[in-house]
Amino acid sequence: MRFAWLLPAAAVLFAAGVASASAETITVTIDKLVFSPAEISVKAGDTVEWVNKDALAHTATVKGGWEVMIPPKKMASRVMTAKDTVDYYCRFHPNMKGKITVAP
Amino acid sequence: MFIRPFAALAMLGVLAAPTFADAADKPTDPQIAHIAYTAGVIDIEAAKLAVSKSKTKAVVDFAKDMLRDHEAVNKQALDLVKKLKVTPEDNDTSKALTKAAKAERAKLKKLKGAAFDKAYIDNEVAYHKQVDGALETLLIPSAQNAELKSLLETGLKIFQGHEMHAEHVAAGLK
Ligand SMILES: [Cu+2]
Repeated sequence: MRFAWLLPAAAVLFAAGVASASAETITVTIDKLVFSPAEISVKAGDTVEWVNKDALAHTATVKGGWEVMIPPKKMASRVMTAKDTVDYYCRFHPNMKGKITVAP
Repeated sequence: MFIRPFAALAMLGVLAAPTFADAADKPTDPQIAHIAYTAGVIDIEAAKLAVSKSKTKAVVDFAKDMLRDHEAVNKQALDLVKKLKVTPEDNDTSKALTKAAKAERAKLKKLKGAAFDKAYIDNEVAYHKQVDGALETLLIPSAQNAELKSLLETGLKIFQGHEMHAEHVAAGLK
């Protein structure tokens, strides 16, 4: 059983491979205080990436939930879970609004 | 979802009339640039006062947000006027804004604690509303240069956002 140690490692690699094969990255661009697209549909395990083109800091904030800080001219991301069908807004500019729907 | 138009007009009548009445003639681009920059500087000054005086985290955080945003926007404004070779020109509207802001700061300086927090945040709501009105009805329609107009339009969204943010903070203080 010299190679027994390989088995768990292979299992981990396999699992990671499966996850990354189906998980996608969905990009939301922020330009002049607008999230676009404002509404996105994702699957659990997908990553939402916000690309901020403004010289201002923004957030993606879920009331009573999570918050992602998006620094000026930078990007930030979050892996979505099955529970993340949410409306979100920017805490600094609450007139900025977006929506995420997690498809089953 | 924004402000009801009639309420906004009523606010304009009450708040904007004294300060912006002198600008019945269309301001020129150099004047508009000066007014927009001045409006930012006024909010920066108020924010600095709040950071130094308030002991309430929500108020200090809000003031720091104002500082950061308005400094960033004013830097963009300076870069733009440099690029366009426009020299911002002082004018009656800028002077009236500065004068009113000075009086407001003097009033705020005398207050402490919860009274200061409330007065600062209430003024932030009123002030942003006033600037929104001026941008919408006077500055944006008067701007000739497309890039200046575009910067003012982004500025309007920022000011509207700040107004909502200030309203959220005000609701939290009660
Ligand atoms: Cu924002």
